[in-house]
Amino acid sequence: MKSALLTELPGKLVAVEGLDGSGKSTQLYLLKRWLELRGLKVYFTEWNSSVIVKKATSKGKKRHLLTPTTFSLIHATDFADRYERQVLPLLKAGYVVLCDRYIYTAFARDAVRGCSRTWLHNLYGFARRPDLTLFFDTPLPVALSRILAGRPQLKYHEAGMDMGFSADPYESFRLFQERIYHEYLAMRDECGFVTIDGSATIEEQQQAVRDLVACSFDLPSYRWKSMG
Amino acid sequence: MKYYGEGLPGVDAGKLAGKLIVVEGADGSGRSTQMELLKNYLEGKGHATVDVGLRRSTLVSEELQEAKQGNVLGEITRSLFYATDFADQLENRIIPALRAGFIVLADRYIYTLMAREIVRGADHDWVRSLYGIALVPDLVIYLRVSPAQLVERNFRKNATLDYWEAGMDLGLSRDIFDSFIRYQRLIQKEFTQMQQEYDFHVVNGNRSVRSVAGEITAQVEGLLGI
Repeated sequence: MKSALLTELPGKLVAVEGLDGSGKSTQLYLLKRWLELRGLKVYFTEWNSSVIVKKATSKGKKRHLLTPTTFSLIHATDFADRYERQVLPLLKAGYVVLCDRYIYTAFARDAVRGCSRTWLHNLYGFARRPDLTLFFDTPLPVALSRILAGRPQLKYHEAGMDMGFSADPYESFRLFQERIYHEYLAMRDECGFVTIDGSATIEEQQQAVRDLVACSFDLPSYRWKSMG
Repeated sequence: MKYYGEGLPGVDAGKLAGKLIVVEGADGSGRSTQMELLKNYLEGKGHATVDVGLRRSTLVSEELQEAKQGNVLGEITRSLFYATDFADQLENRIIPALRAGFIVLADRYIYTLMAREIVRGADHDWVRSLYGIALVPDLVIYLRVSPAQLVERNFRKNATLDYWEAGMDLGLSRDIFDSFIRYQRLIQKEFTQMQQEYDFHVVNGNRSVRSVAGEITAQVEGLLGI
């Protein structure tokens, strides 16, 4: 398992991480459009979207059956399903694979929920490290106001209500996000995150992202062969 | 009680009053029969028991059943699905029962899961750390039955061999009979390697139901001091 992780694959893996409301999904979408329009082989995948695991996850969440450990394991199962069936084969096929959230999301959230960091790192030990991890560092009040501005209906786990921080979902969400933010900061150097200033304009951020991707990878080599 | 590794966040294993007894063994090893006899014996003596087994969690048992039919999961995904099923039962059934002073009878435990994963090429350390959430049982009985005897008992019971218990997904042989024998040997080899580390009490399951039950009862009596 470990030796396979170190072999070079033809594709490239790009992950974005950051708080809800950090703007990372918008930026990843714009990156995807840019790469596609240049005729590159691109694949996009997002956290918590495996079809096989979806039913169990929503059942667990609805019935509040999940403990920190089962919450962590069910998300790891979801991730593994997407990883084994899509991410890894596509990397072998020479794709640029874009991940909206990757293992660091689990490290941050599950550690806040009390899971052991050592256990979590081992749990995701099967996953390759991204070739580029972009961390969207958006000031906490900005990220919070983007999510909370419309007073949306926050989901139980999304608001971290299972942590018992506060009976008020909005207050709970704030406290939960703050702790996650600190987990991200603690991982930033060790995990080689490249920080993008999330308080810059959308266009400025996208320019920074495209520049980074262009100088990190030999992009023309990811073109569809038939498109020359 | 204690955990094998990191354990579960928020659950102090030191405060569990009951006992956890595990019976391991292949299909056809007499496991279910022995579990039932043990349950009757303990309840007859006035002990409250709870049964647990693999693939019985509220959370993911249906999905696992579905996946078993279709063979659609990757190796790691399947490992993690089973680990989720195990963790759900551990937290929602085993631990509450132990807290309340019940004797929990586990029809298979992490050892079967670990052996299956390792035989399929999973990294040994990865599997061990994954199941570091598990409680160390008070007693682990391993019913050891020769593959030839297992075949005979499976045929007598179902007139067929199970695809997964024959390890057909491993491609050891296209012939199910041949595959079953080879797969069960591989699993037994893993159990032999785990035997000391996890302190199994190995019971020769090739013998009659009665003499096997006698040996198990003696072990349980020793544990409970009766």
